[in-house]
Amino acid sequence: MSDRTTDVIAANGLTKHFPVKAGVTFGRSHGVVKAVDGVDFSIGHGKTLALVGESGCGKTTITRLTLRLETPSGGEILWNGEDIHALDRADLKRYRRSVQAVFQDPWSSLNPRMRVKELVAESLITARDTPRREIEDRVAAVLEDVGLQRDRMRSFPHEVSGGQRQRIAVAAALISNPQVIVLDEPVSALDVSIRSQIMNLFKDIQEKYQVSYLLVAHDLGTTRYMADQIAVMYLGKIVEIAPTETLFEETQHPYSQALLSSALPSHPDIERNTIILKGEVPSPLNPPPGCPFHPRCPHSMGTRCEVEVPILKEIAPNHFSACHLND
Amino acid sequence: MSSKDQDTVLEVKELRTHLFTKMGVIKAVDGVTFDLKRGETLGIVGESGSGKSMTAMSLFRLLPSGGRTVSGSVNLEGEELLTKSESEMRRIRGRRMSMILQDPQSSLDPVFTVGTQLMEALRIQDPAPRKELRKRAVDILRSVNVADPERRVDSYPHQMSGGMKQRVVGGIAISGQPTVLVADEPTTALDVTIQSQYMNLLNEIKEATNLSIIFITHDMGIVASMCDRVMVMYSGRIVESGSVREIFNNPQHPYTKALMASVPTIDRTTERLFSIEGTPPPLWDLPEGCRFAPRCPVAMDRCMEEYPPTVSFVAPDEVSHEAACWLAGDTDHE
Repeated sequence: MSDRTTDVIAANGLTKHFPVKAGVTFGRSHGVVKAVDGVDFSIGHGKTLALVGESGCGKTTITRLTLRLETPSGGEILWNGEDIHALDRADLKRYRRSVQAVFQDPWSSLNPRMRVKELVAESLITARDTPRREIEDRVAAVLEDVGLQRDRMRSFPHEVSGGQRQRIAVAAALISNPQVIVLDEPVSALDVSIRSQIMNLFKDIQEKYQVSYLLVAHDLGTTRYMADQIAVMYLGKIVEIAPTETLFEETQHPYSQALLSSALPSHPDIERNTIILKGEVPSPLNPPPGCPFHPRCPHSMGTRCEVEVPILKEIAPNHFSACHLND
Repeated sequence: MSSKDQDTVLEVKELRTHLFTKMGVIKAVDGVTFDLKRGETLGIVGESGSGKSMTAMSLFRLLPSGGRTVSGSVNLEGEELLTKSESEMRRIRGRRMSMILQDPQSSLDPVFTVGTQLMEALRIQDPAPRKELRKRAVDILRSVNVADPERRVDSYPHQMSGGMKQRVVGGIAISGQPTVLVADEPTTALDVTIQSQYMNLLNEIKEATNLSIIFITHDMGIVASMCDRVMVMYSGRIVESGSVREIFNNPQHPYTKALMASVPTIDRTTERLFSIEGTPPPLWDLPEGCRFAPRCPVAMDRCMEEYPPTVSFVAPDEVSHEAACWLAGDTDHE
């Protein structure tokens, strides 16, 4: 899709299937959930890729695979060109520090018994390669980067507000100089007036350190603001991927069109023709044959869509869509 | 009564609800006045701690322990609710004033069929024979467009889709044919598709019943697409109110302006979002003057000392537009 040698993270045919076991049958498999099913994407230095789609489409599984918290059933994730499951010990350690995460809820992601200094410095302390007197300066420096005062170091998480807590989580991710930060719903638990502070903080940090983001957010406004590239997912597959502006202005895939049309307008004068989809998202345990979207698609062409799986094709420069209508 | 009053179904005056805690008295709702017309949808917008949900709970007289409405008036179709006994209130909740939550998962009991849960709501209102209740439950499911209601009435919540469950919850909320429906929206992340289904359902209910709806939300998008009028709350007080179009086109209060400028939209590319510095003041230690002043980009000395009076404007659509700001109406401060 882009020049792969310069990408920090690239996924090739990434697949994750979870076997489903029912309790009474003692572990006998009842089929597989295809959480992620042959996905390709890449993230360049200092760029943001956003994954959008409804619950269960595989966004979170991709973030977990990228963080190496899950092993893929097929395909690979490359980090600076190297398969993250083929790294030696030393490289794995470098990888762990290079790929960080900030999660949705700063109330549960920070240990309430640790002080800010310990929370932020934890990865440096664990790595045991930074002298102790340097640690304090490093903590102070990243706290400044995230807009917190040095005197916050002695505080406990419960002593600070939700927005500041998320800043602490960002500082803890930043301290190991990561190349990539996975942002899983990083602002949705925050109040509206705090959200924009944190979104701007992410943008400022990206500009300063050229860090890349893999963003998952259900709010499409957030993704339009934050992302350079957006991948729309449905039932474990990317159905459309394009630069942000293109995706919003020249939406191609019928599912993307429906998803975008259901976002609330930002002004009462904007009339939105919401495309109401038939039925529900099918079970990923038993996805429909052919195009996974065909049973709900308003443009389904019959037999071809029901039988043949559409592949992701470049329909315009850097704009890929998986739909038979593009032929 | 003038003709204007006849249209008004709910009148709230100078409502003050305090929480008595170890930290001191928290003025969660601090002098809130508004009215609601028949068939009107009013949005109450604010962040956590603004008092929006506590205002709603005060209407129902369902306050957490330590919470008490200390003064004010809540008048529903000519009847004062704040002086009613608990048993009288119980006959009002669910029947004349009802509540609906956005998340259907938290509102339905997983161990009973939806029919049983609907019939329970109906029985409280009118203890009719079982057969009759069941018939009415089916009618209600039909009225909220649940397909195949005769069969669906015997389904358990887990056998239904999310959208269908929302419809059942909507059915329960309107089963007592209320005059006022309060829709409280939690801040949890819901899929946009689920959210738009919910909006659809409420619009259908609104068209079918001429209900008055109060939307409690933090989302300006919901206000833009659902409400006729909006009230913006900050630290227990209403800082601005008016028709939705007027507030979006001509906001007067710096907080309203900031709130709208800080939300990214999918309708255009935003270069840099506006962001309000700081956080709302703690409710047990409110500033002397305007509560937004410490964060306000255009605050003056006076704002720190005196709470501004509420100023009214003449809006083109003749719905009253009010804002509590020393600078409101002053066009030079942009």
